[in-house]
Amino acid sequence: MAFLEQSQRILLPVNPAYMALTLVLALLFNLLPWRDVTWLPDMVALVLTFWCVHQPRKIGIGIAWFLGLVMDAGNGALLGQHALAYAVLAFAAIGLHRRILWFSLWRQAAHVLVLLLACQLLMLGARLIAGGVFPGFAYFGGSLIAAALWPTAAFLLLLPQRRPESVDQNRPI
Amino acid sequence: MDYQPPPFFSRGPAPLVRLAFFASLAVLLMVLDARFRYAESLRQVVALVVYPLQRAALVPVELFGAAAEFFTTQVALKRENDELKTKHLQGANELLTLEALRAENAQLRRLLDARERLRVDSTLAEILYQGRDPFSRKVIIDKGSQQGIQAGQAVIDDIGVIGQVTRVHPLLSEVTLITDKEQRTPVQVVRNGLRAVAFGGGDRGTLDLSYMAANADVQADDLLVTSGIDGTYPAGLPVAKVSRIERDPAYAFAKISCIPTAGTEQNRQVLVLSSEAGFPPLPAETEPLAGSLPKQKRARRRE
Repeated sequence: MAFLEQSQRILLPVNPAYMALTLVLALLFNLLPWRDVTWLPDMVALVLTFWCVHQPRKIGIGIAWFLGLVMDAGNGALLGQHALAYAVLAFAAIGLHRRILWFSLWRQAAHVLVLLLACQLLMLGARLIAGGVFPGFAYFGGSLIAAALWPTAAFLLLLPQRRPESVDQNRPI
Repeated sequence: MDYQPPPFFSRGPAPLVRLAFFASLAVLLMVLDARFRYAESLRQVVALVVYPLQRAALVPVELFGAAAEFFTTQVALKRENDELKTKHLQGANELLTLEALRAENAQLRRLLDARERLRVDSTLAEILYQGRDPFSRKVIIDKGSQQGIQAGQAVIDDIGVIGQVTRVHPLLSEVTLITDKEQRTPVQVVRNGLRAVAFGGGDRGTLDLSYMAANADVQADDLLVTSGIDGTYPAGLPVAKVSRIERDPAYAFAKISCIPTAGTEQNRQVLVLSSEAGFPPLPAETEPLAGSLPKQKRARRRE
């Protein structure tokens, strides 16, 4: 039965330091001095979703909340806006992680797109209630780009866990 | 007899409980930040933690800038030099007369027994980056409370007003641009001295003159400068130029849009002006005389 649309290779256990490193790199990307671009992909949200889906035991809602706080303070946004959105994102990703991993990478990306859009809608709602202006529909373009980056991100982030593909007669897997 | 699950299956509180906890914490923070401004100390602590990351994020951009500078062609330098020379010549005449005018002005003010206008101190700062927040228009500059920056100070570049310092961290500060939706700038039309308040246009990068009567004497291409009556901005700094006026008789107010003169999006070096001190204290509230107008009417008149 071909339940899985891709072959599942057995991966090495993840290194928590590597998870932390990727999250910090994503934060660095988000803090780069972008000019007036509203459709930037939110790399922190993408990497966070990835680890929540792949390692739900190692990362949780608390870490997501703190990352959101860092994003808020770094960008001068409303304090708590990203924190709320990331906490909900982590909850949803952890809740869906068994389902998402059944699909091929592009279908996983479709799931992720919904999650990221919901995250942005939450932030939009919070800011509109606090008296902000609607920044235009290009704002949601960021989620589209981030979801399109999902297969690449999945490949890159899983690289250190892959083992060499050498054929060993004595090893069944 | 009750059986406890063995402790190695324990995974802490259920995800929904955790989500409820953190979400309510976030909502609490948002309310505190947006309505009461109580969350500033927490923001300062987190900002200090993020500071090394922010500086690290700037390194690739600075490297790129340095590389671009290294490969500047001689032609570009020559052209820039010529432009600067022309500009210098054009300004020289006015500069020469400026000192004389300043002395004359001081003398006249003394004669009029007017309070001498204080020279405003300023701090040079550099824009590090634009806040990645599509809902507001803010930039981050590289001077903070360690360098004596205070919230409320005006920020200008070489052509006009850029905005106002709204939040100060130890090493960085946030400047809200005049085009932010929440920002108000008191302005004056140079041509006839008409005073108005410029409202930030938000996303469009423009300013609006709201609550101006439909027949107000404002024309296209009028220059707006700061009026200085708020005590925050020194008077006479260019703010914007009127670009479009719609006078619809159906509405009591004209719709006037303006384009900011300063390069709110391009310049990197800015000046932070320290707030002009020495304003006379506000007059004390006087008790209404017996039998005078009722309080509500007085309040309305004062507006």
